[in-house]
Amino acid sequence: MDFSWIIPYRELLLNGALLTCMLLVISVVLGFAIAIFLAIAQVGNNPVLRVAAKSYCTFFRGTPLLIQLWLIYYGLGSYLPYIPGLKGSFLWPLMREGLFFAAVALTLNFAAYQGEILRGTLLAVPKGELEAALAVGMRPSMVLRRIWLPRAIRIGLPTFAGEVILQLKATPIVFSVTVMDLYGAAYKIRQDTLLVYEPLILVAAFYVALTFLITQVFQRLENAVPARR
Amino acid sequence: MKHWGKALILAATMLATNAHAEIRFGIVNEAYPPYTTKDASGKSVGWEIDLMDAVCEELKEKCTIVDVAWDGLIPALESNKIDVIWSSMSITDERKKRIDFTDKYYSSLASIVGPKDGVLGVDPEQLKGKTVGIAVSTTQSAYFKKHFADIATEKSYATVDEAYQDLSAGRIDYSFSDTGPLKEFLKTDLGKECCEFKGTVPADDAVLGAGVGGGIRKGDDELREKLNGAIKAIRANGKYAEFNKKYFDYDPY
Repeated sequence: MDFSWIIPYRELLLNGALLTCMLLVISVVLGFAIAIFLAIAQVGNNPVLRVAAKSYCTFFRGTPLLIQLWLIYYGLGSYLPYIPGLKGSFLWPLMREGLFFAAVALTLNFAAYQGEILRGTLLAVPKGELEAALAVGMRPSMVLRRIWLPRAIRIGLPTFAGEVILQLKATPIVFSVTVMDLYGAAYKIRQDTLLVYEPLILVAAFYVALTFLITQVFQRLENAVPARR
Repeated sequence: MKHWGKALILAATMLATNAHAEIRFGIVNEAYPPYTTKDASGKSVGWEIDLMDAVCEELKEKCTIVDVAWDGLIPALESNKIDVIWSSMSITDERKKRIDFTDKYYSSLASIVGPKDGVLGVDPEQLKGKTVGIAVSTTQSAYFKKHFADIATEKSYATVDEAYQDLSAGRIDYSFSDTGPLKEFLKTDLGKECCEFKGTVPADDAVLGAGVGGGIRKGDDELREKLNGAIKAIRANGKYAEFNKKYFDYDPY
């Protein structure tokens, strides 16, 4: 076992780890926000929104993340330079980077899974609680905001932890669109030093540590809001 | 019991003789035209395959091709899954720590392609502030670090093909790679449309390596000598020039 490369490559590794964390946070936060709309649309009464949300979830859950990423990066991304004015604009430096497309793809994908889970937990909230809320005079929008959605999120909390962990482990594919995340750093080190296992062992340990951290955070959240049956 | 012993000895001798009955050439899985690529039926073809055939004909040896991913080539050689790496691997000091090399069979010149804007040349002045796409951990990447690192930005790609894609999409300003594959790219529809040849960078053997050779397990001197002899022979008898004509209008040796 040879770990002497850690010192010369520490900056690459550190930047990679930060990128991985950043992509995880961005995609989970934004994805969750989109998921709330997707879930509400699916349990709501508007047939157009329901079909649209359902189709979205079916498409993004039904195709591999890698294909989505490449469709967005190589497909959509290669047409961006032809949009008049975009190439010279202040947005271009961001939109020519793989990071932008990676964040978009991970967010859209996470939203689809999360939307489906949230749909299920919205339906799992006991009807009596909602009726009670209406009976004390809350408007439907207030019921949603104060009772229905918080209860649904609490029910889904143990599942969300698992989803976030899965999302973490989905991030290494962003290297395929030139994002130097932690896996990308390990890949480069492997190529440079011709070491096969050591860089992989290091990043594997990092992913395990991060997973442990995520479990702890969710454990605390669950303890802070005890579920009552 | 006696029979078992006999069978074992027989099996052992068969294994021992089989070990050198054929030479297993590790060919990179990722397409690297015109050196190695796969035809429609999945068969490996290209300049290096023709070279391999010529070498094996010269040696009167049976050769087999083993497909290996680029980053798995050296591990495959070390774990005895292949006998020689035959995949445009430049002879560098870093690699020599792990494996031996045959004599070079071609020289890797590094060149730059960029968008069709009529501005030719590869002076550092022209690359100032630009983003250059380079396949990760190649000799070109080492060259870039030494000569251009302060003036331009390097963007790493797993394969050079992906750099071409991004070059044509305008996400990078230049692509820096081996001359042979770059010229091959410029012959494709994508390459013809977007890009042009900017020029070849000045040689620097310290980082670009002393050419491309076959990678050999440390200590497998017998095979190395055999291959060296064959490379020399086909250079002399014109076979090298003969198949080279199919690919290049210059001598890459």
